[in-house]
Amino acid sequence: MSDANEAALDPQASAASAGNETALVHCTNLGKSYRKGKESVPVLSNLNLNIPKGDFLALMGPSGSGKTTLLNLLGGLDSPTDGSLEIAGERIDRFSRSQLTRWRARHVGFIFQFYNLMPVLSAERNVELPLLLTKLSSKQRKKQVAIALELVGLKDRAKHKPSELSGGQEQRVAIARAIVSDPDLLLCDEPTGDLDRTTADDILSLLQTLNQQQGKTIVMVTHDPLAAEYAQRTLHLDKGTLITGN
Amino acid sequence: MKGLTQIFTVSAMNLRNLPQRLGSSSVAVFGVACVVGVFIGVLSMASGFQRTMISAGSPDTAILMRSGATSEMSSGLGFEEIQIVSQLPQVRRENGEPVTSAELYVIVDIPKRSTNTSANVPLRGVEDGAFEVRDGIEIIEGRRFETGRNELIVGRGAQQQFAGLDVGNTIQFGQMEWDVVGVFADKGGLSESELWTDVRVLQSAYRRGNSFQSLRVKLASEDALEALQAEVASNPQLDMDVHRETDYLSDQAEPLSKFIKGVGYPLAVLMALGAVFGAINTMYASVSARTREIATLRAIGFGAFPVAFSTLLESLILALIGGVIGSLVVYLIFNGYTVSTINGASFSQVVFDFAVTGDLLVQGIVAAVFIGLIGGFFPAVRAARLPVATALRET
Repeated sequence: MSDANEAALDPQASAASAGNETALVHCTNLGKSYRKGKESVPVLSNLNLNIPKGDFLALMGPSGSGKTTLLNLLGGLDSPTDGSLEIAGERIDRFSRSQLTRWRARHVGFIFQFYNLMPVLSAERNVELPLLLTKLSSKQRKKQVAIALELVGLKDRAKHKPSELSGGQEQRVAIARAIVSDPDLLLCDEPTGDLDRTTADDILSLLQTLNQQQGKTIVMVTHDPLAAEYAQRTLHLDKGTLITGN
Repeated sequence: MKGLTQIFTVSAMNLRNLPQRLGSSSVAVFGVACVVGVFIGVLSMASGFQRTMISAGSPDTAILMRSGATSEMSSGLGFEEIQIVSQLPQVRRENGEPVTSAELYVIVDIPKRSTNTSANVPLRGVEDGAFEVRDGIEIIEGRRFETGRNELIVGRGAQQQFAGLDVGNTIQFGQMEWDVVGVFADKGGLSESELWTDVRVLQSAYRRGNSFQSLRVKLASEDALEALQAEVASNPQLDMDVHRETDYLSDQAEPLSKFIKGVGYPLAVLMALGAVFGAINTMYASVSARTREIATLRAIGFGAFPVAFSTLLESLILALIGGVIGSLVVYLIFNGYTVSTINGASFSQVVFDFAVTGDLLVQGIVAAVFIGLIGGFFPAVRAARLPVATALRET
C-alpha cells in the first residue's frame, strides 16, 4: 500500500512497483485485444501491475475503459493476447481453458453485481458449490459453509432460498460463496451496483473486514467513488491503460 | 468422484429448474410423443396384420396348390390329385384316415358394419378334416355346419367387422341363402376373417364340379415336408407345389406388411426430423434461459462437461417423457383395436387387431432417446462453449 502511494505520480510505475517482491498478482506488459472482423481492437495495452498479498484494490474508470476485462484476466475467465500474468507463482497466461477452469476453482472467488446465486438452491447449498470441486467430505463441507455464513452474518438464513432474501443478504451469500474455499484472490465486479447506499456500505464494510481481519486480497471494479474509499488504494483506467492511482 | 459430483449437482439443479421452462419443454415433449405415437401406431398395424396372418399357421401343416400358383385364388386341383396326395406316407394318419382338408375358396360381397360399404369376404369350403388340420379351431357360439346343408360358420373377426353374420341370421350370396349357425375362433389367425361351409355344398353352389383350390395336410412330422415335396415333384400325375403353411402365410402377409412399413417408416422419420428440430429449439431456449447460471458455475470452476451433460440429460428426459406418453396413448387407444383391410394377395378382407407389442414399445422409446440425444447435442455443445466472461454480465 505504501509503495503504491509513494509512486502515485507515475501510475504504471506505482502499480508495477506495489509490493513487487511479495506480489500475489504480477502483470507485465499485459494486453488484451478482440477481433472485430479483420480488425484487432485493443481493450487493454501494455499494462504493468503488481498486487501484493493482502491488498484491497479498487479499479475505477469510465465504461469501456477495460476494468472488467482486466478483472476477467485476473480471474482466469479470459486470456491475455500480450504480456504475462503471474498469480500466486503461476503463469496463468500460458494455461489452457481447462487448466484455467481448475485454477479458478482453487485460487479465485468471484462476487458479482447481481449476486448470481442459483435460485433453486438454499443459501447454504449455494455457498457449498465451490467446495464440491474439492476433496472435502460432506461433513467438512458443512462445517466450512457454516463458518462462511457466520462470517457474513447469515447463519440464521442458511436454509433460505435467494428469493426469500433481500438484495443485501443475497450479496452476503455470494460473498460467503466466494470465501468458503479460502481462495487467494477475491474479485468483485460492481458488488454494490444493485444495492441502496446503506446496504452497499454494509457490504463494503464486510469486504473491508475480510481484507483487514482475514487478510483477503481483494480487487474491486466500481463506478462508485464512495465504494472505492473502502479500498486501500484505487487505480484508474482509461482506454485500456492505467492513468492514475492514490 | 469429483467429476461425478459436478455432473450430479449441475444436472439436479437444471432439472429442478425445469418447471420454470414448462412451456417450451412441453412443446418438445408433445413433439416426441407424436412421433413415437405415429411410429408405434403404424408399426402396430403392420405387426398386428402379420401376427394375424401367421399366428394360426402350423409348421407341421403343408398347403398344396397348383404349380406356379401364388395364392389359393389362382390355384386349381382335381379330385384325383387330392386322392393321390392323401395316400402318401408323409401325410399323418389318425385312426387309419389321412388328416387332410381339400378346400375351395370363393369371394362373396358383404357390407362392412362400420361403413355399410360392400367388402370382399372369403368364403371357404372345407372338409371335416379342416378341424383336425387346424387344431386351434374352436366353436365359440352356436355349432358347426352340417355336411350337405347350406350352413355357415363365421370367423370371430368377420362377425365383428361385417354386417348380418350373427348366429341365426340368413344371408344370401348369389342365388342361394345360407344360415349362420356358429362362430369360431382360430387363435386370432387369418381364418377368423373367413366364413366356412361344407366344400361339397360350395362346389355345387358355385358350379365348380369336383375341383378344389388347395389341399391342407397334416405332416407325419415337421421334417416330412422335404420328403413330401420330393414325392410330389417326382410323380408325373401331380402338378403341385408344396409349401409349409407358416411359410405360405408369411409370404401372403409380406406385401401388405411391406407396404404399411414402407409408408410408416418414412412418415415416422419425417416426423422425427421435425421433433429433433423442436427439441433443439427447446434446448437452445433452455441454455439461453440458464446462460448466467451456467456462466457462474463455469466461473466458480465447474467443468464444461458437466454443463454439457446436464443439457443433454434434460433433453433426454424430456424426450423420454414424450416417448412414454406417446407409447402409453397408442397402447391405450390402439392395442387390440380391430380393423379390416383388403389383402392384395387374396383380394379379400383380412380382419386383424393392432398389436402394440413390447418390442414396438421398446423401439418407440429407443426412437425417443435418439431424438433426445440429437436434439440435445448441439445445445449441449453451445452450453459447454459459452463465453463465460460475456455470459456473466447477461441479465
